[in-house]
Amino acid sequence: MTLDHRTTYVNTLRSSIAVLVYPFQYIVNFPANVGDWASDSFSSRKTLQEENATLRTQNLILTTQLQKLNFIESENIHLRSLLESSKRVGERILIAELLSVDMDPYKQQVTINKGSASGDDIYPGQPFVDAKGVMGKLVHITPFSSTALLITDPSHSLPVQLNRNGLRAIAKGTGSQSRLEIPHLPNNADIKVGDLLVTSGLGCVFPVGYPVATVTEINIDPSLPFAEVIAEPIAELDRSSEILLVWPGGKAKPNPSNPCQMESGLELEKNNAAEGIKAS
Amino acid sequence: MKKITAHGGNIILLSFIVAFILSMIPLPQVLQLIRPEFVLIVLIYWCIALPNRVGVGIGWLAGLVFDVSSDALLGQHALTFALIAYLAIKLHQRIRVFPIWQQALTILVLMMFQATITLWIKGMLGDAPAFYIFIIPAISTALFWPIGYLLMRQVRRYYQIN
Repeated sequence: MTLDHRTTYVNTLRSSIAVLVYPFQYIVNFPANVGDWASDSFSSRKTLQEENATLRTQNLILTTQLQKLNFIESENIHLRSLLESSKRVGERILIAELLSVDMDPYKQQVTINKGSASGDDIYPGQPFVDAKGVMGKLVHITPFSSTALLITDPSHSLPVQLNRNGLRAIAKGTGSQSRLEIPHLPNNADIKVGDLLVTSGLGCVFPVGYPVATVTEINIDPSLPFAEVIAEPIAELDRSSEILLVWPGGKAKPNPSNPCQMESGLELEKNNAAEGIKAS
Repeated sequence: MKKITAHGGNIILLSFIVAFILSMIPLPQVLQLIRPEFVLIVLIYWCIALPNRVGVGIGWLAGLVFDVSSDALLGQHALTFALIAYLAIKLHQRIRVFPIWQQALTILVLMMFQATITLWIKGMLGDAPAFYIFIIPAISTALFWPIGYLLMRQVRRYYQIN
């Protein structure tokens, strides 16, 4: 147990047992799969038409926004070159599916259907997001599946910043799926209910700029040194069935002991961190 | 005779697999907390019924698989399951003659014991949840024991495993 907690020597043992467990997980997930398939196959023409119409409108809106984004991105690269800072490497992404399998009820964890055998070089500590925001990061990679810790697990914290003014903070999980805690913010900090928190990229595990949570509650008690700030995750932690795995450094894998350095010796562009500081 | 033994082994394995699947089926968060420990019920039953065939070793293996399936610390459930198997074998002659409600009480004590050890391990890691969260599955397991026991006894008698 100590070996598992402190070192990584027993990971091979864990992944070989996990191969044994995977058929069970597959069986448990099977009814959910069948349900998806059935609802896909038997949905009526009217529902499909309605869905098609909404998707069309959504697509139109997104394409319009993308036009603007392309312009802004090229402008951003241009400005960065003027500032002589390295431009951000494009992030690589991969779609994975969640297996509907329950695990330890005292932890906020999920299982995904991608593992080391799929050849996508996913790594422990890799962040993943859903269509709306950051969900968490991978902890154990096994051949056919991987387990991931959600941002709401009590042992998980991630560096964030306020989208409005760049105020940096830490978002800590509480164990409840709709609550994140923002500790150590002074009583006079410029933070309001409804503020959007995005990842700050400090710590180099999570890529910069992904939405994390919205502030829902601020309790200021003058007798306490810090304000009590509660935020609600934007990602649909209990509903998403498809997630996106993100490689913040493009092709290279970060060093497990220091994510700001790449395994190949390359340094992850410092601007991730620098950006967070500049913005604040 | 040998053929019967091999056949019985398959049934024992199957019962463990069913228990594992039951312990993985997704449930709403409230029900998750009161889910009985199906694997432990199956383990304790076989330890009481066939102490010469199912014991600490199988308990340890089942615990190890459970650790991986629930992504707990490797060895945490292996330790508690092996301890429970040991106690169940130690007490099997007494538990066998108990009326069923008294058996359930014994199971409750065993589960509390397991909960305490799990709480110690979690406490050492620094992420111990509230104690009552550990007591709920212990109680639900004890409540589920009569059903599990009768079902398993039917299965054992039907396939004549001894």
